[in-house]
Amino acid sequence: MDKNLDRLNVYASRLISQKEYFVPGHRACQGCAEALALRLVAKALGRNNVIASATGCMEIVSSPLPLTSWNVPWIHVAFENAAAVASGIEAGLKVLMRKGRIPPKRINVMAMAGDGGTSDIGLQALSGAMERGHDFIYVCFDNEAYMNTGIQRSSSTPFGASTTTSPAGSVVPGQTTWKKNMPEIAVAHNIPYVATACSSYPFDLMEKVKKAAAIEGPAYIHILSVCPTGWRLPPQMAIHAGRLAVETGMFPLYEVEQGRYHLNIDLSELRPIEEYLKIQGRFRHLTPEMIEQIQQRVGEEYEKLKKKVRMTNEGQE
Amino acid sequence: MAKPEHEITWKELNVGCVIDEPGNAAAYRTGDWRSQRPVYNKDRCIRCGTCYIFCPDMAIKILADGYIEHDLYYCKGCGICVEECPTDAITMVDEEE
Ligand SMILES: Cc1ncc(C[n+]2csc(CCOP(=O)(O)OP(=O)(O)O)c2C)c(N)n1
Ligand code: SF4
Ligand code: SF4
Ligand code: SF4
Repeated sequence: MDKNLDRLNVYASRLISQKEYFVPGHRACQGCAEALALRLVAKALGRNNVIASATGCMEIVSSPLPLTSWNVPWIHVAFENAAAVASGIEAGLKVLMRKGRIPPKRINVMAMAGDGGTSDIGLQALSGAMERGHDFIYVCFDNEAYMNTGIQRSSSTPFGASTTTSPAGSVVPGQTTWKKNMPEIAVAHNIPYVATACSSYPFDLMEKVKKAAAIEGPAYIHILSVCPTGWRLPPQMAIHAGRLAVETGMFPLYEVEQGRYHLNIDLSELRPIEEYLKIQGRFRHLTPEMIEQIQQRVGEEYEKLKKKVRMTNEGQE
Repeated sequence: MAKPEHEITWKELNVGCVIDEPGNAAAYRTGDWRSQRPVYNKDRCIRCGTCYIFCPDMAIKILADGYIEHDLYYCKGCGICVEECPTDAITMVDEEE
């Protein structure tokens, strides 16, 4: 397969709008695929969009007072309450439209946060917003640690990764816990739409964001966002790393629509996990035994996912 | 942006730190960060737009004829466009003073 496999059509890039709603001049590191993911999300949502952002890299790089990278209404909120603020915005817009204070139209509301802001500190607000059924999109930009404050481990950091608070040493070999399955937590809320995406697959990502915006009710999108700085990766390899995460089964791309699972890239054979791990400094210390342990876990999780695909689609063809 | 940011004092900020000029960060030159610069070879380009879609800094423009142009005001020199271009139409060279 050639190296840019997401291209539905080689020239698809030229068919999308060139308009940007997240503008250049932002201060993300060189080669930040989280900034790329954000660019693609903003592009897919377009103009009628209001965003509530928890703190984190994407908030810091896009809003150094008195500058903003945003071409749409955007509010910086606390670390833990992006989903709560988005709930309020959604409810407020509804009331304003009902009272005739603003013309009725479809305005999308989005909450965004990093993996720390989502799977750790913002989880309660997110769970509440999903349970109440607000019509909004929640996007988690998962760079697998608290990057903005200097690479601290989160519950979304993968097993074995070395971070400043899970340093690899002679006794403890990096992160000792397995990555929290945040998309599955969203699925457990029985919301209409959950998806995983990665900026290495830009068209797939934008399709999912558009779908999420069109659906009534809560939608959750979990985006693997390669962070060259925190993953100890040469910046030019960011897109390649995301592709390997998908092709090794480390981060499968799937959607859960009204409870039905669908694998977007269904691989009959996964690439060896080592190809993904060996290019990243945060995994440099892993022993062959640990790599084997991760390989086994990835295989099991992938099988589980495929089983869910089969189970939820039975008799529905 | 009327003034360079380091000259702005708190007295000039809006209440609630509201920024009322959308996208004004576009005045900020991130191109200064670069130590290497992408060089484009139009002859090799098949006008696929892959480099455009993957640039995290929106520093690539697709021109009307489908060829591309780098915007060195923003390009941080990450090398993603070089790595992802299917025909090796872009290469990196060192920036010199
Ligand atoms: C209540 C609270 N605790 C801590 C902080 C400091 N803080 C700001 S950003 C950040 C890390 C964000 O990590 P994550 O949500 O994973 O996003 P990333 O920066 O990785 O994109 C932390 C700890 C804060 N702003 N508020
Ligand atoms: S630390 Fe990582 S996620 Fe944050 S701006 Fe830098 S590359 Fe992007
Ligand atoms: S080197 Fe990086 S920032 Fe510069 S144009 Fe290429 S992809 Fe964009
Ligand atoms: S990726 Fe390469 S071939 Fe495609 S448009 Fe860019 S420079 Fe041209």
